[in-house]
Amino acid sequence: MNLLDIRNLSIELKTKTGVILAIDRVSLTMKEGEVRGLVGESGSGKSILAQAIMGVLDDRWQVHADRFHWRDIDLLSLTHQQQKDIISQDVAMIFQEPMACLDPSTTVGEQLEEAVPDHQLTGFFWQKNKQRKLAVINLLHKVGIKNHTKCYRSYPHQLTEAFCQRVMIAIALAKKPLLLIADEPTAAMETTNQGQIFRLLASLNQLKNMSILLISHDLENVTHWTNNITVMYSGQFVEAGTTEQIFNTPYHPYTQALLESSPKANIELPPKSRLTTLPGSIPVLQHLPIGCRLGPRCPRAQKICVQAPKTTNYHGHQVNCHYPLKEIY
Amino acid sequence: MPTLLQVTDLSKNYKDKNYWFNHKVHRALEPISFTLDAHQTLAIVGEIGSGKSTLAKLLVGAEKATTGKIQLNGQLLTKDNFKQRCQHIRMIFQDSGTTLNPSLTIAQLLEEPLLLNTDLNAHERTLLIRSTLQQVGLLADHMTFYPHMFSGGQKQRISLARAIILQPQVVILDEALASLDPSLRAQMINLLLDLQQKMGLAYVLISHNLGIVRHFSDNIMVLNDGQVIESGKTQAVLKNPQHQYTRKLLMSQFFRIKH
Repeated sequence: MNLLDIRNLSIELKTKTGVILAIDRVSLTMKEGEVRGLVGESGSGKSILAQAIMGVLDDRWQVHADRFHWRDIDLLSLTHQQQKDIISQDVAMIFQEPMACLDPSTTVGEQLEEAVPDHQLTGFFWQKNKQRKLAVINLLHKVGIKNHTKCYRSYPHQLTEAFCQRVMIAIALAKKPLLLIADEPTAAMETTNQGQIFRLLASLNQLKNMSILLISHDLENVTHWTNNITVMYSGQFVEAGTTEQIFNTPYHPYTQALLESSPKANIELPPKSRLTTLPGSIPVLQHLPIGCRLGPRCPRAQKICVQAPKTTNYHGHQVNCHYPLKEIY
Repeated sequence: MPTLLQVTDLSKNYKDKNYWFNHKVHRALEPISFTLDAHQTLAIVGEIGSGKSTLAKLLVGAEKATTGKIQLNGQLLTKDNFKQRCQHIRMIFQDSGTTLNPSLTIAQLLEEPLLLNTDLNAHERTLLIRSTLQQVGLLADHMTFYPHMFSGGQKQRISLARAIILQPQVVILDEALASLDPSLRAQMINLLLDLQQKMGLAYVLISHNLGIVRHFSDNIMVLNDGQVIESGKTQAVLKNPQHQYTRKLLMSQFFRIKH
């Protein structure tokens, strides 16, 4: 069963000068127990998409979709409050810069206690405090913090960044979510700590069958941890498929350029040789090109690319391009 | 011909001033020696607190070394001779957005090092700024722009322009590539490699992305707790790491695909 099924989601931003189409027809499906990477450079709208799923965008943003199902419940037919209730029950999100997201003025323990939902506590009212504390300690153990008493009493600034991210994950786990959205959980983190966080997420995925939507700006960092990958560029859907498909046979010129521009992925590249790159820079939201937004930077762009391409599906490998690189493999 | 940059027994201690009599000393960097030639890149890898940024600060002259000496072309770099050091050793920082003064135009930003270090007249300065901007792939029209009008990648190019405008011999890149998007990062790497070929720059690259290190550098130095754990040719070290710590670093990020 599909956990999350989004078809042609568009998000518009209302500004003084007019309406900007920040996200243009993006589709995303999540199965149970799946780890999906959502990859895109800055300004690709990946965080906006995550926020739209969580339903935390404010009034300036308008969300339209052909289909927006959560476990076969049509969320579009419900009111905003009902949507929020359903989503917040089963979906949790963790953010980048965990230190900035935790409340600096209260202890980690208190923040965790706050996150434990009441319906999980079964005892009488005089037993609840104890149960709550026990639940927090269990959560801390789950995310691999052994010294729970010390962690419970510390303030966020007393912990390292990796520990703060673990606490964030613990807070997210408190309501036992089915889907965890991790928005660049390891940005600006040391590589050894990155590994720890990714391993923790992977083990949660395996042990609890929790689906994870892993958002990242770097394709090379996430490939090791994901089953499937969706690539976005400048608010448009680019390509989706299994990690092997995306990595070994990218159909979209943008994905290919991303892979070729990463020295990590091309081990056989001679040192100090020039990397293949796309010319130009990422367009800003106010000046988006029409049609395929990669157009001005794309090496394969032709006349027809000023019209937005339709998504084609080759055995589960979806690509959004007029001239996919299918024939070269 | 003497080597471009020769560092001997450079070390840095920080004193903890909380104790009146018993000064506690924190050793940020143990005595370290290395050499760097023109056209070469030295990569420094290590975790937080390994002393890699301290080393960068010592080289560029932002901190005073406790012991040791730095020789540039056989000449000793002294603590007070900032002019010599500012001309020949330049630095690019991690976050280009916060290291450019927002109230100055690009022309003013780039003019500052010229005013302080050279005696060119106004016309020559403008010409030099113009040609430097073209070197880093920007237009002369950008001279009147303010930093906020540029994207992240372009800002990083401006930082690079500010670093190379004095025709330096050594450029220190302190995580300068970390915060860029992948496609812009590749552009930046190409640009840096081009400049190295053209101007014979020597780079000191501080990074934790071993992919870039492998691609970009000739020599590597692995630091942990202020000590050099392993050093040598990048290819040799990464292919056959001797020390456990280096292996751990490699394991933690070497690129594999999930099977």
